[in-house]
Amino acid sequence: MADREKFLELKNVVYSFHTYGGQVKAVRDVSFEVRKGEILGIVGESGCGKSVTAQCIMRLNPEPPGFFEGGEILFEGKDVLKMTNKELRKMRREDIGFVFQDPMTSLNPTMRVGAQIEEVFLGRTDVSKKEVKEKALEIMRLVGISDVEKRYKQYPHELSGGMKQRVMIAIALVSRPSLVICDEPTTSLDVTIEAQILDLLLELREKLGMSIIMITHDLGVIARMCDRVIVMYGGKIVEKGTAQEIFYDTAHPYTKGLMGSIAKLDTAKGEKLTPIEGTPPDLFFPPKGCPFAARCEYAMDVCKDNPPCSYQLSGEHVTNCWLQHEFAPDTDLKKENAAELKEGEVK
Amino acid sequence: MAELNRESFVIRGKDTVRMESISRPSLSFWQDAWRRLKKNRAAFIGLCVVIFYTIMAVFAPMFSQYSLSDMDVTSRNAFISAEHWLGCDATGRDLWVRIWMGARVSLSIGFIAAIINACVGAVIGGLCGFYGGKLDMIVMRLVDLLYGIPSLIITILVVMVLGKGITPLIVAMCVVGWIGTCRFVRGEVYRIKEQDFVMAAKVLGIPDFKIIIKHIIPNILGMLVTNLCMAIPGAIFQEAFLSYIGLGITPPNCSWGVICKEGITYLRYYPHQVFIPAFFVCTTMLALNLLGNGLRDAVDPRLRGTE
Amino acid sequence: MRKYIFKRLVAAVLTMWVLITVVFFLVRLMPGDPFQNPKMTAEIRANMESYYGFDKPLIVQYGNYMKNLFKGDLGYSMKFTNKTVNGIIAESFPFSADLGIRALVFAVSFGLVLGIISARNRGGKLDFFCVIVAVLGTSIPDFIMGAVLQYGFGIKWGLLPVAQYQGIEYTILPACAIGFYTLASVSRIMRASMLEVASQDYIKTARSKGVSEFRITAKHQIRNAIMPVMTIMGPTVASVLTGTFVIESIFAIPGMGKYYVESVSNNDYSMVLGMTIFYGVFLIFCNLVVDVLYGVADPRVRIGER
Repeated sequence: MADREKFLELKNVVYSFHTYGGQVKAVRDVSFEVRKGEILGIVGESGCGKSVTAQCIMRLNPEPPGFFEGGEILFEGKDVLKMTNKELRKMRREDIGFVFQDPMTSLNPTMRVGAQIEEVFLGRTDVSKKEVKEKALEIMRLVGISDVEKRYKQYPHELSGGMKQRVMIAIALVSRPSLVICDEPTTSLDVTIEAQILDLLLELREKLGMSIIMITHDLGVIARMCDRVIVMYGGKIVEKGTAQEIFYDTAHPYTKGLMGSIAKLDTAKGEKLTPIEGTPPDLFFPPKGCPFAARCEYAMDVCKDNPPCSYQLSGEHVTNCWLQHEFAPDTDLKKENAAELKEGEVK
Repeated sequence: MAELNRESFVIRGKDTVRMESISRPSLSFWQDAWRRLKKNRAAFIGLCVVIFYTIMAVFAPMFSQYSLSDMDVTSRNAFISAEHWLGCDATGRDLWVRIWMGARVSLSIGFIAAIINACVGAVIGGLCGFYGGKLDMIVMRLVDLLYGIPSLIITILVVMVLGKGITPLIVAMCVVGWIGTCRFVRGEVYRIKEQDFVMAAKVLGIPDFKIIIKHIIPNILGMLVTNLCMAIPGAIFQEAFLSYIGLGITPPNCSWGVICKEGITYLRYYPHQVFIPAFFVCTTMLALNLLGNGLRDAVDPRLRGTE
Repeated sequence: MRKYIFKRLVAAVLTMWVLITVVFFLVRLMPGDPFQNPKMTAEIRANMESYYGFDKPLIVQYGNYMKNLFKGDLGYSMKFTNKTVNGIIAESFPFSADLGIRALVFAVSFGLVLGIISARNRGGKLDFFCVIVAVLGTSIPDFIMGAVLQYGFGIKWGLLPVAQYQGIEYTILPACAIGFYTLASVSRIMRASMLEVASQDYIKTARSKGVSEFRITAKHQIRNAIMPVMTIMGPTVASVLTGTFVIESIFAIPGMGKYYVESVSNNDYSMVLGMTIFYGVFLIFCNLVVDVLYGVADPRVRIGER
């Protein structure tokens, strides 16, 4: 999979919000890439910065209060942070689609569904009005909306939750972008609808060949959909690798904790789930060292004050944890072949 | 990172103190609201102005050598001077005394009417919202009906029936004035009642009145106080308006509306007779509006914890 | 939609009937009567009373009044002899309506613009200015505003006519005086509502579609933010109307407000009754129009899920 061409790359992105209470460091030094045709999962608990990271790519966070403190985001070789408004809008229109978490509030209540889909084509001169409508109807059919001519003229409140999320996906896909970012697309839907939507996304990926960034707190969704996974905690990436590596060759205590806190089919009756105790760090005052240190059962003295180095465990598998250091004691998480990445190398 | 040594690589495990730590201080709702109100300079000045005017209304006329209706024939239409601090009106009455006597009437009508409206509205709205059912339906029909009729017309008619004076004015303002609060409180109570923590209290078998005191009232009190504060300028304005068209306070009694009306006749030649009472009316309304805005922000749960 | 309008219509008619009934009986409860003239003999007085139908039982009077009302007849004035209430309204209403409409247009259009500018420049200097205007506007009663404008622009600088009603330039000051309060409250609500909408998810959706900021403001934000402003249009019309009461007397404009205030102090029953009913029905009608417009503007209301 590494041979696939990468077309989106985040390098050391730092993103903060200025609020009345002070500066919230929502994204701290995050780097990753997205390759053609893959599904990349970003997983982490609420407030770990995964949504902010995703919205950074399209610069959807309101600025101010949000602002970039450093790093670059290269989309097909162009830095998103240096784009003019016009270029940015073109990218949002044609190259990247975004599916939001809550379809109930993400559609304009005073606009017809069709018009909201067609809005993507505004400002484009290469398609006629008739073509636009055809494209809208086609994509509505493609995302599994029945009776499209009727739905086209309806208002969002006339649709069910699942149907609204299909409309959102239609909006994201209508211009056939090369990347779709799904920000917890099924969190506010019930389970049967969730399965339908996830299947739909997989099916559409087959048909249209776009890449997907899947943001979720649900490891089940990750296991089902993703090729590669990024685990975030406290605004930082703690581990990334292929889905295989993350699930079966876990290297970070937080990832291990996440795995332990979900019920599986083979969890024996009466066997206890092991939640991660404690609360995530306050990003107004992020800890100096590893963000997870306070809740980590493997925590060492070094973790408190020193931000961990990155360790390459295999071609894809990277983790930021002192447990991989040569001095660290042998634990179930320590890998034989861990190689420390030097500063400046892409983490 | 040469300073890393082997000793620091010993597994210590979770830090049970730090992992649950909440790094910001926790404040009770009213502490937090008061703290933010103090920080809001405009609102704080508003509060000071209101208090100052109230104190002046009570004491200023007592310490003046003039009284409400003393006519100083030699100083008719006099401008501001050492003798008459705010000048005199067309019949030579001292405006300083008249202003503060007027303030007594205007402020007390404003406060009393607003408080009665808030209390009546809150009780009726609260009962309707909490118990629902037939009572709610009947009251809401009535409220909808009254809401459709322009309130001013009802107020004018009631004043005409009851006669002129402070009490009829307050009664007239209260006939329809409670409706706004009632609708708002009913909506809020209804919303809170549906929330899980009230449901939990009910399941635990806690009696209704305790639920109301413990859960419902604390949750609407902030907004109610804000509403009340915003209603006072409205009531003062209504009094001034009614007095102005000759339906409220009538001479020899005086209120700010009466003073303005008397002054406006001489606008062309003695503008201070309008602008001085106007200044007091406007600054009072301004102060109350600023205070109300500040209160609204201070009790807004969405803004809690911010500076 | 039709069902929604029908429901509103029924409610409006019912409200009108209650209003008329309440007003009719309240007016009869008023102390004093219109024939308090010491020179009037008992005989003349009795004649007068039978002429106006006051000798009949109250319920019969009510019946007659309602009957006439259906024909659109509000009866005779008791003070302005030989004038019908209809005649006086017909004569004076155009002045009030003209003034009111000007004030309303001025207030709503400027209020909306101010609110939008304010929200777009949140925290900036323009926002600060707009907020100050809004706070001042809601703190200055209209009769004071009228006096200030009259003194400043009319008397002191002589830029605009001081009083009376003879042309467009005569309406500028009174319309501003009446409209200023409304302008302030509209701009306040619009600002708050614009900011509220700006934080909605669908604005982000629009942004993610690559829609231009101008279009987001124009098509998504304003369209949704204007709803709360529409809900206060009913009370706004009422407040403009009360504004005309005093402003007409300050600027000596021969509108309805002036007559109304006079009739109140004269105990002119049929005038007060007629004009109150006229005002009430007019306002209820305005509310009805606003409700229907609201239904047109917000598709959620149209379906009848409110």
